Amino acid sequence: MNMNSIGEACNDLKKEYDACFNLWFSEHFLKGNTNDSMCAPLFRVYQQCVKKAMKDQKLDVEEVSKDVLGTDKEKKEPQSS
Amino acid sequence: MPKFFSDTIIFNYNWDQVAQGFWRRYPNPNSKHVLTEDTVQREVKSGRLFTKRLLSKTNSIPKWAERFITARHVNIVEESMVDPKNKVLVTYTRNLGYAKVMSITEKVIYKESEEYPGKTVALRSAWIDSQVRGFSRAICAFGYERFKKNCTKMVGGFNHVLSNLYPHHNLLHSTQMTVTAAVKLKDAAKNASEIAKSKAVPIYASLHPNQS
Repeated sequence: MNMNSIGEACNDLKKEYDACFNLWFSEHFLKGNTNDSMCAPLFRVYQQCVKKAMKDQKLDVEEVSKDVLGTDKEKKEPQSS
Repeated sequence: MPKFFSDTIIFNYNWDQVAQGFWRRYPNPNSKHVLTEDTVQREVKSGRLFTKRLLSKTNSIPKWAERFITARHVNIVEESMVDPKNKVLVTYTRNLGYAKVMSITEKVIYKESEEYPGKTVALRSAWIDSQVRGFSRAICAFGYERFKKNCTKMVGGFNHVLSNLYPHHNLLHSTQMTVTAAVKLKDAAKNASEIAKSKAVPIYASLHPNQS
C-alpha cells in the first residue's frame, strides 16, 4: 500500500523513490553508512515533479521549506509542569 | 492563551523498528483523513538525517467554526531528524496557512526506553493556538479536544503498521494496554510525588504486572 503524492503525475516516481529510501534507511543508514547517493537520482526526478505540483497548487514553497526544528523558532514547553 | 498538551507513549518495538516504521506509518486504518504524503527535502548532515515531508489531510471542523475555516484540506509540514548513533528521532509538525485561525504544532521525541529495554518511548508535546478575536478560547478548546482524541488513533495506527512490518515480534501484552498504562503511569507519577515514595512503588507494580 502506498500513499498518493500531492501531484497525481508524481505517484509512480514517489513509489519508486520511497521503496529505495526505505531500503537505504534500513540497510545502510541505520547500520552506520551515511552515504545517501543510492537513491539520489530517483529523488531528483521525484522532486522536480513535486515542486511543479506544489507550484500548480499555489502552495507557499518558502513556508514549506522553512527550518523550525532545531532552531530557536521551535515552540517551548510552558514553564510550570 | 495557547493550550499545551503532552503525553508519553511506550511502543513495544525497539527504536530501529519504530524509526523504520515512522516512514511507513501511512496509510493505516486510522489515517483515512491523510490524503497525500510527499518528501520535499532530505539530506544527511553530520551523520544525521534531516527530512521535510508535506502531508495533506481533510479538515473536520464543527459547524460554528466554518465561518473562520473554509478550507476542506489542510497542508502540514513534518520536519524530522534521525540520529542513528544516539538512537533519537525527533519530529516537528506544523500546519501551513490558517495558522492565525488555528495552529497546531506537535513535537515528538522517540528514543530508547530506559525503563523498558528493547522498547521505545515517545514524548509528545503539542501547542494549540488561535488568534481569532473573541473566539480564540473556543477554537483552542476545540483544537485541544480534537488533538487529544486523535492521539489515541495515531498511536493505534502506528502500532498497526509496526505489527504488519514485524509480525513475528514477540509482544508481551497488548500494545493498547501499554498505552493506557503509560498514561496512567504519568498520572500516577504526579500523585506519587505527593505521597511517600515507599507507597508509590506498589502503584507502578500494579500497573505493570508483567514487568515486575
